[in-house]
Amino acid sequence: MNVSSVKGSMSISSSTSTWKAGDTISDQFPAGLRVLVVDDDPTCLMILEKMLIACLYKVTKCNRAETALSKLRENKNGYDIVLSDVHMPDMDGFKLLEHIGLEMDLPVIMMSADDGKQVVMKGVTHGACDYLIKPVRIEALKNIWQHVVRKRKNEWKEFEQSGSVEEGDRQPKQSDDADYSSSANEGNWKGSKKRKDEEEETDERDDTSTLKKPRVVWSVELHQQFVAAVNQLGIDKAVPKKILELMNVPGLTRENVASHLQKYRLYLRRLSGVSQHQSNLSTIISAQDPTFGSLSSLSGLDLQTLAATGQLPAQSLARLQAAGLGRATAKSGIPITLVDQRNIFSFENPKLRFGEGQQQHMTNKQQVNLLHGIPTTMEPKQLVSLRHAAQSIGNMNMQVPPHGAQNSQNNPLLMQMGQQQQQSRGQILVDSTINHAPRLSSSMGQPILSNGIATNVSSRNGIPENIRAPGYSQTPSMLNFPVNHASELPGNSFALGSTPGVSILTSKGAFQEDVNSEIKGSGGLMPSYDVFNDLNQHKPQSWELQNVGMAFDTSQHSNSLQGNLDLTQSALGQQGFSSGQMNGHNRSAAVANKAMFSTGDVKELGSAQNVNQHLNNLLVDNTIRIKSERVCDTSPANIFPDHFGQDDLMSALLKQQESVASSENEFDFDGYSMNNIPV
Amino acid sequence: MERNPMRRQLAIMRQSLFDQGHVDEQFVQLEELQDDANPNFVEEVVTLYYRDSARIILNIEQALERKPFDFRKLDAYMHQFKGSSSSIGAKKVKAESTLFREYCKSGNGEGCMRSFQQLKKEYATLRKKLGTYFQLARQAGPVETASRPK
Repeated sequence: MNVSSVKGSMSISSSTSTWKAGDTISDQFPAGLRVLVVDDDPTCLMILEKMLIACLYKVTKCNRAETALSKLRENKNGYDIVLSDVHMPDMDGFKLLEHIGLEMDLPVIMMSADDGKQVVMKGVTHGACDYLIKPVRIEALKNIWQHVVRKRKNEWKEFEQSGSVEEGDRQPKQSDDADYSSSANEGNWKGSKKRKDEEEETDERDDTSTLKKPRVVWSVELHQQFVAAVNQLGIDKAVPKKILELMNVPGLTRENVASHLQKYRLYLRRLSGVSQHQSNLSTIISAQDPTFGSLSSLSGLDLQTLAATGQLPAQSLARLQAAGLGRATAKSGIPITLVDQRNIFSFENPKLRFGEGQQQHMTNKQQVNLLHGIPTTMEPKQLVSLRHAAQSIGNMNMQVPPHGAQNSQNNPLLMQMGQQQQQSRGQILVDSTINHAPRLSSSMGQPILSNGIATNVSSRNGIPENIRAPGYSQTPSMLNFPVNHASELPGNSFALGSTPGVSILTSKGAFQEDVNSEIKGSGGLMPSYDVFNDLNQHKPQSWELQNVGMAFDTSQHSNSLQGNLDLTQSALGQQGFSSGQMNGHNRSAAVANKAMFSTGDVKELGSAQNVNQHLNNLLVDNTIRIKSERVCDTSPANIFPDHFGQDDLMSALLKQQESVASSENEFDFDGYSMNNIPV
Repeated sequence: MERNPMRRQLAIMRQSLFDQGHVDEQFVQLEELQDDANPNFVEEVVTLYYRDSARIILNIEQALERKPFDFRKLDAYMHQFKGSSSSIGAKKVKAESTLFREYCKSGNGEGCMRSFQQLKKEYATLRKKLGTYFQLARQAGPVETASRPK
């Protein structure tokens, strides 16, 4: 974390400290900019080096990604920006990009002779701050310093904002959230986060006292501690202050944590995007627990969600819903209106749509069920989440209410929660998912799930806990989703939706958190976060389907680390943050997941890199799409013959996912094919 | 106009490289990087290019001997080769690389082979011409700042 640079960059003139060369920014900047260039082609490397020197930069060149990473690790504060080729033999450029983003938080510019839209998009989603097409001209290199300045400025802003916002923001958000004490905090926090993200408030940045803080090196261990703390708190409630306290690392400041948390969320989001795709399929398939009658109904919602996202043909959705609904004991047929509801949420983020569908579906059901009692054990919870989801749909606010989760447990609470909806939605969903999680695990027979669920369950029982689940307990939620059906997911929708097992949950949780805290509906990232919230909240069911598929697939892939295997924390940490570990993790996770997930995920696991990449790809917009696609495929098959129909759906989805997963490069996302670019 | 006949000849030779489409704008970028500190920068880069790309050419040749063709691999090699070639401004070679990749993508083995033969020809031609050019450049002494092709 380049805290120092962030602080220093508040004003260019003060960023002197950031430039090793000791040049005052105003005088010589950008001269002396320390660039690390990585390219396996010696000709290109030589030319780039010469060009960068001509720009008066201080250049270090590497022809291997591993070398570059070790150089960066050895000297975390020794570089300002990294230029990396996309296609390299030892490590994919995007993977390197992720590592750098997570560990060092340096701006990275990708380069390639490939100018295909997909590759460029991949760069964007992986967090590259620019993408240059080869052959690179010197003019293009003359301005790369802007990325350094911009990044530092943003980080500084975030630190300041989050700090001030957090503290000053602790006022109960909802008046009637007596039950959701946590939501209040969440809301506040979210609000502050959102503001932070918006970066539109500079009035609070008078505090320059934090300038020139020493840059924190997020080592693997440190990051694991961080992830553990975040998981413990729950993605929704993981505020930098608390994380800092939990971590108890001397010398670590709240700003360090805040900055890292933001990156982490971004990472999770990416993962969830991918995993959602996978998990949706897998979750749906795995959610074939007969005990969860509502599951079928949920699946209907999920289908709706999927349909809403435009992936599922309306008819299929209707059919699925009908099938699912028909099965649901207490649930009246799910009207296609749910689909309409979905339309309300036309989020760019496909996931969101997914969530919406779910919610809508759930909402309808919920309302019916809630008031009339819940036919199935799960229903109450689901209903709650559904309700909240429904409500959330209206609100679409990202504030995933932690409260929601709590309410899920009690109908009366749910009622209250309904009001709170937006916030509680997430919670309830989470709760439901969590609660169901245990069931899911048992019914699903998926060890991973159970592990995840168990974890989640315990944590979820309380409303606030649900919040947590979403973020990191994805696994459980994910599992739950399939079983419990979306309703529960909402809380964790982030996690669930996004990755099959782990990733979804994680991402969901992450999103929720982000949404609540950071995204009040504004700012760049916000939309995506919101999407998750809404998705989660609204569509407990849809998530299920989606998540299921995704969960399994995704989790296996990269996220597998997190969710299914109880590795959530470690997985996350390892996955994203430790380059080396990621691979290892993925593999182990993969293995674990393998047992759990029958499908192609295993294949994917083969290469951690692929997994990650795959996930990344998946995470990127396509997640929803993929899910939708999947669902579409299965829907026609009348997936929900009965309340067990979901199982079939799940399996069908899983299969689809597998096929999808296995062919990472073959994903054909609508509009966003994140196919791995062949080298 | 160069007074020195050698320099004049060099300028003419250089111009013809552009006119005949052997090199493009990127070559100028390299020339602009050449300065007193690196008076033979362009030659050094081109030498490095030919040395490194020979490896890729060999890989492709070997891959083309294995039937059936692994188009994905061939495409990957050619992508690499293309990147290198484009960085030194080898226009014709780059164009032929693109064509080769098209054939790979469409699974046209025959097209690949034909295209590769053509590519090797262009590759060799360029090498000869640039070799002559650099030789003359060394003889002519320090050359004036590169002027953009008309």
